[in-house]
Amino acid sequence: MTAELGSFALVLALVLSLAQAGLSIAGRVRGSAALAGAGEGAAAGAFLGVAFAFFALMIAFVTSDFSVANVAENSHTAKPLLYKIAGVWGSHDGSMLLWCLALTGFGAVIALGGEGLPARLKASAVATQGVLGALFLAYAVFASNPLIRLANPPVEGASMNPVLQDPFLAIHPPFLYAGYVGMSVVYSLAVAALIEGRIDAAWARWVRPWALASWSLLTIGITLGSFWAYYELGWGGWWAWDPVENASFMPWLAATALLHSAVVTEKRGALAAWTVFLALTAFTFSMLGAFLVRSGVLMSVHAFAVSPKRGMLLLSILGVAAGGGFGLFAWRAPSLPPGGLFAPISRETALVINNLFVSAAVTTVLLGTLYPLIRQALTGDMASFGPPYFNLTFTPLMAMVLLILPIGPLLAWKRADLLGALQRLWAAALIALAAALLVLALNHPAKAFAAIGVGLGVWLVTGSLAEVADRARLGRVRIGEALRRLGRLPRGAWGMTLAHVGVGVFVIGASFETAWRVEAARTLGIGDQMSLGAYQLTLKRVGPADGPNFEAERALISVTKDGREVCQATPARRFYPVQRQTTSKVSICPPGLSDIYVVLGDRRDGPAGQPVWLVRAYWNRLSRLIFGGPLIMALGGAISLSDRRLRIGLPQRAARPVLEPAE
Amino acid sequence: MRLAPGLAALAAVFCLAAAADPRDRLSDPGQEARARALFQQIRCVVCQNESIDDSEAELARDLRQTVRAQVAAGRSDAEIRRFLVQRYGEFILLRPRFSPANAAAWLTPFAIVIGGVAVLVLRARKPATGGDTLTPEEEARIARLRDG
Repeated sequence: MTAELGSFALVLALVLSLAQAGLSIAGRVRGSAALAGAGEGAAAGAFLGVAFAFFALMIAFVTSDFSVANVAENSHTAKPLLYKIAGVWGSHDGSMLLWCLALTGFGAVIALGGEGLPARLKASAVATQGVLGALFLAYAVFASNPLIRLANPPVEGASMNPVLQDPFLAIHPPFLYAGYVGMSVVYSLAVAALIEGRIDAAWARWVRPWALASWSLLTIGITLGSFWAYYELGWGGWWAWDPVENASFMPWLAATALLHSAVVTEKRGALAAWTVFLALTAFTFSMLGAFLVRSGVLMSVHAFAVSPKRGMLLLSILGVAAGGGFGLFAWRAPSLPPGGLFAPISRETALVINNLFVSAAVTTVLLGTLYPLIRQALTGDMASFGPPYFNLTFTPLMAMVLLILPIGPLLAWKRADLLGALQRLWAAALIALAAALLVLALNHPAKAFAAIGVGLGVWLVTGSLAEVADRARLGRVRIGEALRRLGRLPRGAWGMTLAHVGVGVFVIGASFETAWRVEAARTLGIGDQMSLGAYQLTLKRVGPADGPNFEAERALISVTKDGREVCQATPARRFYPVQRQTTSKVSICPPGLSDIYVVLGDRRDGPAGQPVWLVRAYWNRLSRLIFGGPLIMALGGAISLSDRRLRIGLPQRAARPVLEPAE
Repeated sequence: MRLAPGLAALAAVFCLAAAADPRDRLSDPGQEARARALFQQIRCVVCQNESIDDSEAELARDLRQTVRAQVAAGRSDAEIRRFLVQRYGEFILLRPRFSPANAAAWLTPFAIVIGGVAVLVLRARKPATGGDTLTPEEEARIARLRDG
């Protein structure tokens, strides 16, 4: 019964989304607050409908109701509760429902919460969100309803791929989807602004919190996914430039560019058209990702079940939404008033350069992902664009933009003193240079590019801190005064500094880990040893470690350095009887910034007939910075979001900008 | 119930990095390192999207054997790559060649940056006007705002 009610609620949500679009458009055209208000009510109703369907599916999963096709295909009675819940968004259909939940949820938030928005802009934005909601809900209802019943329900479900039964993977889609779909609000506000023909500082101020929140959520989502790949897939890699990874990276890069250009629009009224363009692009990339992952046009290790018909439908939705948005842009953007002027050396120029390089970088990712398809369609021959392509194009482009990053925040708006900014950074640059040389001298084999990478990361950290020190006039005023100044810095400034430091931390970790990872693989019997860099690994014992829905054997491996035990690794090998599939459970130790990463391989017969196990181990130095860095970035986003100047719906805010000091 | 094909592919990723298996290693560590570096640039053509360094597939194992044998026989990286392309087509190279057909993919990102910088430089060479003086329309608008 719940599944039928859920299906009904989903259809109701579709109808309400259509009503939301229709009523809001009517309200906007007739200038009627009552009609617009009805549209807002419909937005809230659409969200409640999708939420009901979502929980109906969750109940079906939790109670193992195998008469629901989706549950029968993706769940099993013996599966732990967490993965039954995560099973809701583990499949194509379920994940689309999560997408719709986020889409209508954000629609309801602007409809009910956007009090500070002008009535006409708000009605247009709610209408746009309604159209998007109707498109995706129509897809969910007609092509991918996860609540469809089976005529002959099986006694037991097929369960979920064991690789996906992992706590990090279970929580990663909600973050990712909230980030992807958060961009829909940015898109709707952009479309609304184009319709109203007014893009100014106030508009940028409404867009920024949404862009910031989506960006932060997407950052967390991608990081969780990357961390999952790192420790679950057992190859110790964290980014493979796989098309599906790229699909999540493109909206992130577009959002990064948007955040920076929206600052210029907000503070200086410039780059308005470009900011709108990026706002449209960010959500277009989100939709492109949804299409690529589900259509099967790409070869990827992570793709969902392939379905060409659904792929065509998603491509049509993408075409309608992106075509509509960019068509409107082409029509209206030329009539937008030009914004504030700025000198060649200024904060504005620094942010334009950021946008230029990030746009080139996102183009690289887009080309690397789609070029093989385009080439195959045009000439029929297949080409691969693997990691080496991205390392040669994306990496140098990003390195250049990161090199100039610390200078930007020290430049004044409108017209700046470049020499003055550089003078304030000499100490930071010196530390970075020393770090690069030290890293080059201390590590074997000596790798110049990796050392430059580490130096670049240190430069981002020290350069960002130098900017904070400069703001506090540290060293030029008494320490108490400097601290008082630090305390009075707006949260937005702290957020920016943290985000930039996070980038630096990531770059240090990524450069170090990639260049100086140490790998070892040997077959070990009980009591045998192998060496891994400065460490000795001794296999102590192997025993059974069965779980609720798998059989397993687990090894105890003692990791020692100079005869002292550092930690004990407990890698395991699991066999899932339902799927007849073997997986390995990696063990990572010790606590700290570097990982000893141990994988237990298959059991073999040793020379004397005794059992031996293939043990692979990596010493991944500073690898935790790779995941820590992005989390620092997301934290920066969250802190910036808590800045009261960015809160939505504060009526007094409109009067404040005049009183703020220029930053 | 069938397992979704995509997920089945993912499952194949598992038993991984077989490239490191001590049984297959070359005795000369220098040659082995060269072979491993090559593995990372060669696609396991039957897998979803993996290099032969990562894949456990039968074909990946054969390819590893081929590459190791050729490295041991003293062939250069370029020769080995050429051999593989002849046999399996360009698709096998994870690093696309710089050919006319691929030029757009290699050059577009850099063209964007160069074009963008050119626009910025041209704009910079034009004397910045209007920054401090107002146009008549702006004067009129101020007057309207002040008086209205």
